[in-house]
Amino acid sequence: MSAARETMDDRRETASGDAPNGAAARVPQRAEARPAKRDRLQSRPLDLKRGRVDLAHGAGGRATAQLVEELFLAAFDNEWLRTMNDSATLAPPAGRLVMATDCHVVSPLFFPGGDIGALAVHGTINDVAMGGAKPLYLSAGFILEEGFPLADLQRIVESMARAAREAGVPIVTGDTKVVETGKGDGCYVTTTGVGVVPPGIALDGASARPGDAIFVSGTMGDHGVAIMSKRENLEFETEIVSDSAALHGLVADLLAACPRVRVLRDPTRGGLATTLNEIARQSGVGMTIDERAIPVRPEVAAACEFLGLDPLYVANEGKLIAIAPAGDADAVLAALRAHPLGANAARIGSVVEDPDHFVQMTTTLGGRRVVDWLTGDQLPRIC
Amino acid sequence: MKYVDEFRDGAVAQGLARAIAREAVAARRYNFMEFCGGHTHAISRHGVTDLLPSNVRMIHGPGCPVCVLPIGRVDLGIDLALERGVVLCTYGDTLRIPASNGRSLLKAKADGADVRMVYSAADALRIARQHPAREVVFFAIGFETTTPPTALVLKEARESKLGNFSVLCNHVLTPAAIVTILESPEVRALGTVPLDGFVGPSHVSTIIGTEPYEFFAREYRKPVVIAGFEPLDVLQAILMLVRQVNAGRSDVENQFHRAVSREGNAKAQALVAETFELRRAFEWRGLGTVPYSALAIRPGFAPWDAERRYALTYRAVPDNKACECGAILRGLKRPTDCRLFGTACTPETPMGSCMVSSEGACAAHYSYGRFRDREVAVPVAAVGGRTGVAA
Ligand code: SF4
Repeated sequence: MSAARETMDDRRETASGDAPNGAAARVPQRAEARPAKRDRLQSRPLDLKRGRVDLAHGAGGRATAQLVEELFLAAFDNEWLRTMNDSATLAPPAGRLVMATDCHVVSPLFFPGGDIGALAVHGTINDVAMGGAKPLYLSAGFILEEGFPLADLQRIVESMARAAREAGVPIVTGDTKVVETGKGDGCYVTTTGVGVVPPGIALDGASARPGDAIFVSGTMGDHGVAIMSKRENLEFETEIVSDSAALHGLVADLLAACPRVRVLRDPTRGGLATTLNEIARQSGVGMTIDERAIPVRPEVAAACEFLGLDPLYVANEGKLIAIAPAGDADAVLAALRAHPLGANAARIGSVVEDPDHFVQMTTTLGGRRVVDWLTGDQLPRIC
Repeated sequence: MKYVDEFRDGAVAQGLARAIAREAVAARRYNFMEFCGGHTHAISRHGVTDLLPSNVRMIHGPGCPVCVLPIGRVDLGIDLALERGVVLCTYGDTLRIPASNGRSLLKAKADGADVRMVYSAADALRIARQHPAREVVFFAIGFETTTPPTALVLKEARESKLGNFSVLCNHVLTPAAIVTILESPEVRALGTVPLDGFVGPSHVSTIIGTEPYEFFAREYRKPVVIAGFEPLDVLQAILMLVRQVNAGRSDVENQFHRAVSREGNAKAQALVAETFELRRAFEWRGLGTVPYSALAIRPGFAPWDAERRYALTYRAVPDNKACECGAILRGLKRPTDCRLFGTACTPETPMGSCMVSSEGACAAHYSYGRFRDREVAVPVAAVGGRTGVAA
């Protein structure tokens, strides 16, 4: 065991708070999965319990390398990162590539059902998946504020690593910068994803056609309300948790069962209402939806009532909208509901011809209204 | 949650709608004003007008606090934030109210002013405690319901001798505004605005009770029904108004028995009386200067009154000439009568205050009812029933 190896394992024990000594000797079987042996960069390991990010961590010197090795590499560890090059070299897969990027500035960083780390992984995987692609690789960029607790950073990074591992999509390259105190808000994370589209799949926000059926994969508004209730310190009888989840598995099942699906999109910022308006405009069509058919958790509806929000405009991070020919409606619904992330899927309406591209809704009362684009930002920094 | 859904039940709504259609006399027209912006929003958001027969028309009244706030008052807030460097705390919608010279609090914020959106008066007080080195001003707006929370923070600030906090008070009063509408020449003499009755706001009445309405129900012979904010409450209130009109009655009735009494909330009234006094006059957007229609902070709280503390003087600024908010707030015109509606003036770029809050008549029509303006309506395809969701 090299000195570096010992350092890393000591750190791990310190961070988890148990077994103060002798840990290095007990974990040799996991050594292959660890970064290759390296010279010790600093005389002391990062203090992940009480330490804080300082400007040196972003300066590109030894401190940066130490942060990368002891924190990012340790958590994300994979063959590409282990090379310690500035870039990842990847063999090009056959087929069409999809690439998406997503910045995350959510506040608070930790919220019921997730945190900025898992959200950054899920958000980009979902964007890639909505293109019909199987996500292959991720990159991650961190903007950290001087003074940010290393313990929080570790929590975020480990949550990202877990999310990426569960999704089977490695984080293969990344970057970290540090800004002075007051110039950031703790931690911002940007992720980029690359995926490949299977042959025969052609998804496009511009291909919704009059007569098509519109589906959602589950309840609306969970993520935004989870963030808001945390931010406003609201207590509800049932804790509302974010729906943050990677949807590529659901998408793969859906497309395997119904390759004729025309549009997939995840209703994040601006919620269902805004996303439907985007698609209606892109496709040059109108839509009619039925309020009674839109699944909303009772506790989310109650919280929205309280906060003066409309669940149709509240962000989701683990839901998708699907548009498919009406003839495939039963198959789409069955495929969505067969997956755990689509258990509450519902058909909510239809695409219609409309030169004004209105999204109209029949209300629970039996009246009608326009469901317009979101105006302003009712919930800033939601993802 | 059951509580909320119960009041939106579609079948009950259809039943009420049928009763209204049955009882409304075909030969006459019923023009009712919902005074409160909360009702305007509920009516638009739930498509309530689709359930009414064509001879029952709802007129959107001036009861949206954002919509009636004149430019000059917003200017006071902007100047405080930009020139005096205070932390200005206010409710979200206030940020977007257009002020003079194309300004708004939101733009002032982008220009570096420290403007913060809060959900309650107590939040503003907390910000003041967290930043003892900064001067914090709560820009208070609203009708009777939002007044007691403002009174509470004033009392708390005085009791704890909080030196860096003050309130810029823009609180206004419902009955005064209704009287102004009823006194306006259009309603009184010319009869150009036929008004057959009012739907009154229940949350205001939970504070002031139903008694203040009795005066003008008697004096002006207009029925008033105090109603809750669920769409079914509104439908039921409309039915009650139709019945009053048919019977030639002009009573104050209370649809919202859940929380409204004749006397209101004595404790809240005492709290408000202790901290606020009537202003001799206050400018309302759309209604002009209305005597005794707003509240000012009592001299005993002078150090916490931003108007005194910063020696502010109010300067009236006329609205955009083309903006019809004034006539719309008095029920004289509809949003589509304004030539800026939907073109120069949209919720993204409001020219007048009625386009700012979703409780404003223009914004409500733009966001929820725009499809009604075109000749051919697109048929609504029916899809499956409610989806059950396991909690
Ligand atoms: S559309 Fe705009 S400018 Fe016209 S009356 Fe309404 S708020 Fe005023």
